[in-house]
Amino acid sequence: MPGSIQSIERAAALLKLMARTPGGLGVVDAANALGLAKGTTHGILRTLVGVGFVEQDPAGRYRASATLADLAEAGLDANELRSRAVNWADSLASRTGEAVRIATLTEGGVLVVHHVFRPDDSQQEMEVGDVLPAHACALGKVLLASTGTPRGHLVRYTSRTITQPLALRRALTAVREQGWALDVDEHVPGQASIAAPVRDRGGLVVGAIDVHGAVDDLVDPRLRPRAGLVPAVRHAARAISRDLGAESA
Amino acid sequence: MSRGQATQAPGRDGFVVAIDQGTTSTRCILFDHDGRLVAVTQREHRQHYPRPGWVEHDAAEIWRSVERLVPAAMAQAGAGPDDVVAIGIANQRETTVLWDRRTGEPVGRAVVWQDTRTSDLVDEMAADGGAEKYVERCGLPLATYFSGPRLRWLLDATPGLRWRAERGEVLFGTIESWLVWKLTGGPDGGVHVTDVTNASRTMLMNLQTLDWDPAMLAAMDVPEAVLPEIRSSAEVYGRARTVVPGARIAAALGDQQAALFGQTCFSPGDAKCTYGTGSFLLMNTGREITRSSHGLLTTVAHRIDGEPASYALEGSIAVTGSLIQWLRDNLGLISTAPEVETLARTVEDNGGCYFVPAFSGLFAPHWRSEARGVIVGLTSYITKGHLARAALEATAWQTREVVEAMDADSGLRLASLRVDGGMTSNNLLMQTVADVLDAPVVRPMVSETVSLGAAYAAGLAVGFWSDLDSLRRRWHRAAQWRPAMEPEQRQSEWENWQEAVRRTFGWIRH
Repeated sequence: MPGSIQSIERAAALLKLMARTPGGLGVVDAANALGLAKGTTHGILRTLVGVGFVEQDPAGRYRASATLADLAEAGLDANELRSRAVNWADSLASRTGEAVRIATLTEGGVLVVHHVFRPDDSQQEMEVGDVLPAHACALGKVLLASTGTPRGHLVRYTSRTITQPLALRRALTAVREQGWALDVDEHVPGQASIAAPVRDRGGLVVGAIDVHGAVDDLVDPRLRPRAGLVPAVRHAARAISRDLGAESA
Repeated sequence: MSRGQATQAPGRDGFVVAIDQGTTSTRCILFDHDGRLVAVTQREHRQHYPRPGWVEHDAAEIWRSVERLVPAAMAQAGAGPDDVVAIGIANQRETTVLWDRRTGEPVGRAVVWQDTRTSDLVDEMAADGGAEKYVERCGLPLATYFSGPRLRWLLDATPGLRWRAERGEVLFGTIESWLVWKLTGGPDGGVHVTDVTNASRTMLMNLQTLDWDPAMLAAMDVPEAVLPEIRSSAEVYGRARTVVPGARIAAALGDQQAALFGQTCFSPGDAKCTYGTGSFLLMNTGREITRSSHGLLTTVAHRIDGEPASYALEGSIAVTGSLIQWLRDNLGLISTAPEVETLARTVEDNGGCYFVPAFSGLFAPHWRSEARGVIVGLTSYITKGHLARAALEATAWQTREVVEAMDADSGLRLASLRVDGGMTSNNLLMQTVADVLDAPVVRPMVSETVSLGAAYAAGLAVGFWSDLDSLRRRWHRAAQWRPAMEPEQRQSEWENWQEAVRRTFGWIRH
């Protein structure tokens, strides 16, 4: 086992201290309480403010944030994700000529939080709010690749749906390694999608973005994505991730 | 300083540079020949509030932003000066800048459109004949909103300034004039021009002649020597001597007119609503000047060089996005603006609660400066979720008020509403707008319509795009919300809203 990392230990100690002091603490008090240099303490506190675990009040005192109190629930707000992603999703739809969706993982599947129509001005329905089966679409595979396979029965939608847990685990490993996912006919016959992960500060996967459309438009006869689509999807995913604060997405 | 990045390598076709100089920030966006956004840079500037009701910007700071943002955006796209086919400018409207022709430095700070320092002056001018006395000439009522009274105030208040203005030593402009003058060389041969859309917001231009109106200049006591030349919205004003040396500066429009252009609303009856801090609904009324009897402004939509001008009716709503910011900053109900949708969705409906944000009176179609905000229908049942929902519904109902006024004035019935602006990423709001209008709401593929409009106008002027039809073909639907509210519910909610609005009237007593 590698040795412990001193700055993380210090950050943890500061968080415990904040949690015990509901009124908050100034930098000097915090530094004195832990026997640390003021500069070091300030640096750690600013980092904790940056990740949202600590807040600074108008008087300059630091305290534990509400985010920290319910860390299990605190993901990125889906509406926040959409508002940050709009320009890049539009740009992806415009460049590929296909419809674009952004989704997050939810109870029992993948929740579509943003949808850009295929730019051909045909009648299309908004899919925002739809829940898709995670194991049967590219968006879901990208999201599952960062959280692990779902429990329970894998429902079959078409003859190409992955329904064996072992096969799904292998598919997810491949998605993790290549950084994108593909689905051809796995949920809706004749439809395909290509997705890539959207990351938050620190690299946490908070969503996925796809292009989807007719199988023939997205993949060649050997079911390989058509040239340019995978780079375009990954480029959009990285651009959104950068806007969300991911450093080397 | 900058965000975003290139989405593709430079094409052989080149790019149009759009500068969107807004109230809180300046953005530079590069568009390619397909009208696709290729690079974005953005930089905020300081807001100065020297006294209650006063709002100022430093025009020199805004110019420095432009100097940095344009090269940064070009670097993102890998573009050199030769790749820039034209520069187009869209700007915050009615903000008034004075500068020294010789030094190229601003004379004092720019007085921003939100600034109400001219209220006494405007009241005084309206005392004889009423606020509508100049509407025939300029399409606008006397109000603190417009730049003419602001210019007069500055000339009156600053010792020696009027004398210098009369001698042509000091120049006036709205922001686009300032930027064009600086870009084309400033003291060294800078071109002093404004476009018809910006000039139509001064109260100094005659809507028929599209030239400075001598009677208005006399009424505002403004010397002609201080004024820029009024030009079309799309024509080459000159070549840049700095920032992108050699590039043609080929368009300028007020930001709302730019959005109308970017939404390709080129035909009479085409309308768009831009949802931002406030919201602005503009409808193209064609070559005819349409006068409003329902509290809307008559303004110029655009003018392409060599063609007659197109006019527009405009309805402005003072508080929309800023209400969500108020929930965030003043009440702390949410930590980011998009979270308002999450909070609103914690409840099924408004719970009987209505929120009329008449924070500084009501704009179109009411124009009640004495109104103040109310939240009505409060019971112990109401949660912050209901408040969030009522706040979003307020934007939707205010849109309906303006649409009804527009339908009445134009004799047209709006078939669908094109929308843009930051708040269009709020799905609940967009669905609610469709519900209360009983009309589809449509968002285009490029939501940066202000910048796109400036780019389209500039590209058109230099032949990068051939005609309006080729631009129309580039408009694509990115999202559409269809009405889904029962007619009875729409009617009863509408009546409740109107009742709530009546409760805001007459709060401030003189």
